Amino acid sequence: MSGDIARDAVGDYRYGFHDPENATIRFDKGLSEQVVRDISELKNEPEWMTEIRVKAYHRFMEMPMPSWGNCDMLNQIDFDAVTYFLRSSEGTEKDWDDVPDDIKNTFDRLGIPEAEQKWLGGVTAQYESEAVYHSIREDLEEQGVLFFDMDSGLKEHPDIVKKYFCSVVPASDNKFSALNTAVWSGGSFIYVPKGVHVEMPVQAYFRINAKNMGQFERTLIIADEGSSIHYVEGCTAPTYSTESLHSAVVELIAMEGAKIRYSTVQNWSANVYNLVTKRGIAHSNATIEWVDGNIGSKLTMKYPAVILKGEGAHAEVISVAYAGKGQHQDAGAKVHHLAPNTTSNILSKSISKNGGRSSYRGMLQVTPKAKGCRSKVICDALMLDADSQSDTYPTMEVGNSSADLEHEASVSKVSNDQLFYLMSRGHSEEEAMGMIVNGFFEPFTRELPMEYAVELNRLLELEMEGAIG
Amino acid sequence: MLSIENLHVSVDDTEILRGVSLRINLGEVHAVMGRNGSGKSTLANVIMGHPAYEITSGDIKFKGTPLKEMEVFERARAGMFLSFQYPSSIPGVQVGTFLRKSVSAVRGDEAPTAREFRKELKSHMDALEMDKSFLARYVNDGFSGGEKKRLEILQMLLLNPTLALLDETDSGLDIDALRVVAEGINSITPRAGCLLITHYQRLLDHVKPDYVHVMIDGKIVKTGGADLAVKLEAQGYDWIEA
Repeated sequence: MSGDIARDAVGDYRYGFHDPENATIRFDKGLSEQVVRDISELKNEPEWMTEIRVKAYHRFMEMPMPSWGNCDMLNQIDFDAVTYFLRSSEGTEKDWDDVPDDIKNTFDRLGIPEAEQKWLGGVTAQYESEAVYHSIREDLEEQGVLFFDMDSGLKEHPDIVKKYFCSVVPASDNKFSALNTAVWSGGSFIYVPKGVHVEMPVQAYFRINAKNMGQFERTLIIADEGSSIHYVEGCTAPTYSTESLHSAVVELIAMEGAKIRYSTVQNWSANVYNLVTKRGIAHSNATIEWVDGNIGSKLTMKYPAVILKGEGAHAEVISVAYAGKGQHQDAGAKVHHLAPNTTSNILSKSISKNGGRSSYRGMLQVTPKAKGCRSKVICDALMLDADSQSDTYPTMEVGNSSADLEHEASVSKVSNDQLFYLMSRGHSEEEAMGMIVNGFFEPFTRELPMEYAVELNRLLELEMEGAIG
Repeated sequence: MLSIENLHVSVDDTEILRGVSLRINLGEVHAVMGRNGSGKSTLANVIMGHPAYEITSGDIKFKGTPLKEMEVFERARAGMFLSFQYPSSIPGVQVGTFLRKSVSAVRGDEAPTAREFRKELKSHMDALEMDKSFLARYVNDGFSGGEKKRLEILQMLLLNPTLALLDETDSGLDIDALRVVAEGINSITPRAGCLLITHYQRLLDHVKPDYVHVMIDGKIVKTGGADLAVKLEAQGYDWIEA
């Protein structure tokens, strides 16, 4: 099996290989107002963007670390040891053959060009700070769909960016959104015109290659009235003994009757801090769906959020988290019901193994104006051994009595009877565990494009190997 | 093929089996009958290797190999099969996927191709009067008692064991289900040994045993032919104990 060969080469984490660093521009480590101004100048940005960045930088310096999540791990982050900008290619190419060989090889190994040919409507591939490859199917372009890497989006459509940038996630939302706003680079910019349905998913792939790298992509997706789009992102990084920082901000705007689905499978190596702010605004009768999988990283703190602003809007947040040795997945969801007859479903599933820790942190808010809304929250945790940890921090703020709210939570263990049953069918204990784990995550994986679902199941099976004794 | 010598088994320091000896050859059907708590199910589970049971003395050999040297999945791959009295549910795992993976695990190099597998599957499911919608459901999740037992027999037919252990496969079945399950068992017995754990004579109307063993208090106290089951049904167990 090819997976075994790859694993032998790089240890348990299959994507832990790295390329030589051939940076064309690499900033010195550490952060200052000058670094922020330099990034903006290098990108020839309009002055208003430079001002947003500088202001955000000062907010970042003033704001305290979050006092929740995992303070011990957060306080280990050495912001002076991070490289905030690294350019590895002269430009963003439209043909894989024009991408530098070593970078192209990396994406080949990750299967991106192959996936693009088979089932994607567009692809952006980001390597370190910037996109190295970008393409969109012609038919989508003809329908007026705008799909750019964020830097190009700002150049080509500054009016749209200016209108919506920071409109969903203000710089001052939290320390890491301030940091991202100050030093952002790359990410995706998408605008779907009224009534246009993008049938094939578009994908972004984020790869960190260098040591001590900070990746700060910024994504903005606007689906105009009655339109729809499915955006998929994947992330990996090499395994180093020193830490890297990934701190993204994603803003979604679904206009009246529009639908945005945003799917993530985050498989960072276990030396990456993954501190991400994701939030969308759903106008009347619009739908926003976050399908969010967290498998890798050292510490993830991420709570995809939906603001249900218009009547009849709907939010769906399906998330899974897998926490293995030395990992803490602090994930969850936030839904704010601001308008009448809005509905939401939150399904969170987590697995902890080998002393890993997974936490569900959720916020459900119903304002006095939001009459007749409905919400259902389900949190299931599965513990694979006694050393692991799972905790739940649900918060509800309910401002009127007409809301119909359900909350279910369960913590379970794999039973000996289940294992015995599967083993009596010829499966080793590890294989049996893999089946149970894949089954537990099935409500999530069935929402993913098939290629992603297969990959995720395979990943989890690898995680089960060599871990039982 | 299977030989059990003076087997003693405990659960949590309570002795359940107290000296059981039994030999099963290829092509033989053995029925083990007895009251609740007599140790019948323990016998089936300990042969398959359930971790809750501890063999305190005695020995079980399968095709000459001591079972204590074999893991549960190795026993399955060597040709042993247990039809569970209470099969576990595996939420999120579809029956179709589960069957395909199990067949390739157990039958290894001799596993059928995808196309042959589909054909085999269809013919067995037709015989067991199972709708193909079964395949998309999660393993035993929300299944009725009868559906669970049919799925057990379907697995037995696909995995094609040389030793089938059937733990109260007849309990909770209506008369039609009992008939199709019995036909399933009969279809493998010419080429397999079979141990039927049962409370009732009625399965034995459809599956004719070569030997009937009566288990009381962790021991086989009497062995006879098919007529012994008929007598037990009519007269109960008291006459044996007396």
